[in-house]
Amino acid sequence: MFAFILRRLAQSILVMAVVSAIAFSLFNFVGDPVNNMVGQDATREDRVRIRQELGLDDPVLTQYVRFLGNAVQGEFGLSYRIKRPVDQLILERLPATLELVLVSAVIALVLGITAGVYTGIQRNSWFSRFILSSSLVGVSLPTFIIGIALIYIFAVYLRWLPSSGRGGVVDLGWWKTSFLTIDGWRAILLPALTLSLFQTTMILRLVRAEMLEVMQSDFIKFARARGLSERAINFGHALKNTLVPVITIIGINIGGLIAFSVITETVFQWPGTGLMFIQAVDFVDVPIMSAYLCFVALVFVIVNLVVDLMYFAIDPRIRIGAQ
Amino acid sequence: MLLEIKGLDVDFPTRRGTVKAARAVSLTVEPGEVLGLVGESGAGKSTIGNAIMGLLEKPGRVTAGEIVFQGQDIRGLPEDQMKKIRGDKIGMIFQDPQTSLNPLLTIGEQLVETIQKSLGLREKEAEVRAVELLESVGITHAQTRLKAYPHQFSGGMRQRVVIALALAGDPDLIIADEPTTALDVSIQAQILDLIKGLCRSRNLGVIIVTHDIGVIANIADRVAVMFRGEVVETGTVGQVLGAPKHEYTKSLIAAVPRADRKLDRFTSVDYIEGGAKPFQRIDVQTHWLGQAQDLKSPEGTAINVRNLELGFTLKKAIRRKNRVILKAVDDVSFDIREGETFGLVGESGSGKSTVARCIVRLYAPDGGVIRVMGRDLLTDPRAPETRAAKRSLQMIFQDPYSSLNGRMRVMDIVAEPMRSFGLTSGERETRKIVGDLLDHVGLGAEVALRYPHEFSGGQRQRISIARALASRPRILICDEPTSALDVSVQATILNLLKDLQDELGLTMLFISHDLPVIRQMCDRIAVMKDGRICEVSENEALFSNPSHPYTKHLLDLMPRMDLLQPAVA
Repeated sequence: MFAFILRRLAQSILVMAVVSAIAFSLFNFVGDPVNNMVGQDATREDRVRIRQELGLDDPVLTQYVRFLGNAVQGEFGLSYRIKRPVDQLILERLPATLELVLVSAVIALVLGITAGVYTGIQRNSWFSRFILSSSLVGVSLPTFIIGIALIYIFAVYLRWLPSSGRGGVVDLGWWKTSFLTIDGWRAILLPALTLSLFQTTMILRLVRAEMLEVMQSDFIKFARARGLSERAINFGHALKNTLVPVITIIGINIGGLIAFSVITETVFQWPGTGLMFIQAVDFVDVPIMSAYLCFVALVFVIVNLVVDLMYFAIDPRIRIGAQ
Repeated sequence: MLLEIKGLDVDFPTRRGTVKAARAVSLTVEPGEVLGLVGESGAGKSTIGNAIMGLLEKPGRVTAGEIVFQGQDIRGLPEDQMKKIRGDKIGMIFQDPQTSLNPLLTIGEQLVETIQKSLGLREKEAEVRAVELLESVGITHAQTRLKAYPHQFSGGMRQRVVIALALAGDPDLIIADEPTTALDVSIQAQILDLIKGLCRSRNLGVIIVTHDIGVIANIADRVAVMFRGEVVETGTVGQVLGAPKHEYTKSLIAAVPRADRKLDRFTSVDYIEGGAKPFQRIDVQTHWLGQAQDLKSPEGTAINVRNLELGFTLKKAIRRKNRVILKAVDDVSFDIREGETFGLVGESGSGKSTVARCIVRLYAPDGGVIRVMGRDLLTDPRAPETRAAKRSLQMIFQDPYSSLNGRMRVMDIVAEPMRSFGLTSGERETRKIVGDLLDHVGLGAEVALRYPHEFSGGQRQRISIARALASRPRILICDEPTSALDVSVQATILNLLKDLQDELGLTMLFISHDLPVIRQMCDRIAVMKDGRICEVSENEALFSNPSHPYTKHLLDLMPRMDLLQPAVA
């Protein structure tokens, strides 16, 4: 178990090293950093001086090591546009994104697993068929269309929910949450639903497929032959066996939710990291872009590590085999 | 009377019409009696077991008849009442212990859950009972084993756990569906003893569903023989196996490989093949297939294997002493003479298939020398002589379902070796020869345009044989070629192999776990255990006078066949 975690950690560090190298190279390949910092009227001497002060004349390797050293401490320099430390900017915006992702992940898991189990067991009922055919919508419609449609129905036509922003936010000092006001909840509903729709359908279909397969297995037949109740069979025996592959996908998807909430945040003008990234791209704000890249990679690495640990918790064949 | 089935009909409506899985089946089981239900695949024997339990797979349903259990007709009982019968009154044991236990729950959890459901005990009491049950099926240290997961048990131990689970509700009738088919001979004997013992001590009625006459001979008191959904013959074991009345039973028993004496061929099993057309044989002497290759081995040995070694790394480690390596093949040496059939026999995990795979170089051995027709296939791999030696070696695999490419027509499957080695003058000749080959193995040339999924297991194995013959081999390696097949089909395939060997003078390496099959097929036999060869001896000598203790042990475990009528000389 311990060796396994160490090995995983080593792999994660390798991934982060590669990503940071790419993030670092952004500075040198996406425009000249000095040009991005100084105004049009800076003199040639000024530019040379700034280059030297920033150490841009040093060998690339030295610069990379310096970048790494700073990155590990969360230092990614100043945003070109806003002239504030990038780590502060990200930390300010992170709560918005994390809360959005949390709510949509919960929606996706609860809806996806319940509907998946239901359609897996009641394979031929009309309600299962209805769920399955409507789930096609979630798979096939792009997020921005769903978002715009939801805004049109609930914000413009019915006027039930706000169309953009975070609504009422309570500042806890280190975290700005929208969970503590009704306004905040009203504001988070539409974007969270939009973000979760694709994940919900994916989890639904996966759980259903796994469920169908497990229900055919010998140990379910044997459980039936012992006269166990339907509830014990469906939830005690079948559901747990469907979870291993489902967790893999859920893990990857939750990483994806955080990384790619960009579109949803744009549609709903949600003040999270995704929106910040898109704005940074518009203005070639390289420090934010590179920091965001590292941040997303870190999220994926951590989520995958957690997924691997969850295998241990769920499947004794992995847990005991490794000891 | 514990169970009486009267005139049971089971239908499976399908798009192509109704399949009658059981027709007018009548059976009885007394307490303390083992009823063997024997038949080949598709005979409907498992259907009977599922019908009794009310667990027929959809869309199957019972359309007529009665299932009277302890005086009550349980056919069509509502689901909630059936639940009380399943497990509490009738227990069921399945074929594959690897898959019949939930891998994510401990043995204890599964037992306690079942005991609580059936007997309504509290958790502590149920646990005590679970320990008693495990002990009664011969599992030691039961208290600690409760916390173990299924994958921590071996196959035989798992089947014991399955039996304990089936007994958890203290049932009066046990239906065992092929309970030992997935197990090794030695384990099989133990499990059968256990079932028989439980039957006697608890006064249980037992229905054993099996395709294996040997199992029936060992355990059953009475037998019912099923053929195409009907019970064709019922009686005591001695009567049915010793003096069968029905034609089907006769041919079924004739198809069972005997260990007591070697026969030239299996006697006629035509009743089962039913209307198979007579083989259109080709005259091998003049045909392409028989045009002998000039490839001759210098010393008359087709294959010689010297000090073969192969290990699989089970656990990797940087330090050598921490590594765990399984010696799959450990210092194995033998010679196969030209024209003989050499048998490799052993239980699963003995390394017999690994040896075959090393010879055809599917695995690269760690050490040792393998010579095929006098040539080491590793030296100078591009030389024409080496290529010829490789071509002279062909393999027939165990599983006829996965060893043929499902996207290729039979024509292309069989023609592939000829095309790849450039053995014919052109496409026209290739097609002609493929047709002849298919005729010769008893399929008929017209099947060339069909795909593998359209064929049964036995027919597919014939396609595999035709494919193996297509490179005009001198040596055939048959790795358990019939263990996935029914007895009657096995008999016809083994007959075919024997005929081909006679006609073409083939050398065969025949691998099997099944001693009677080895007895019928081989000239000389090597017995393998844990990667080593225990003894090599002539067929007759091995069976009449085994020298190695392990061989004796294996021979002792063979199902007794003395009940069967004496073999026709």
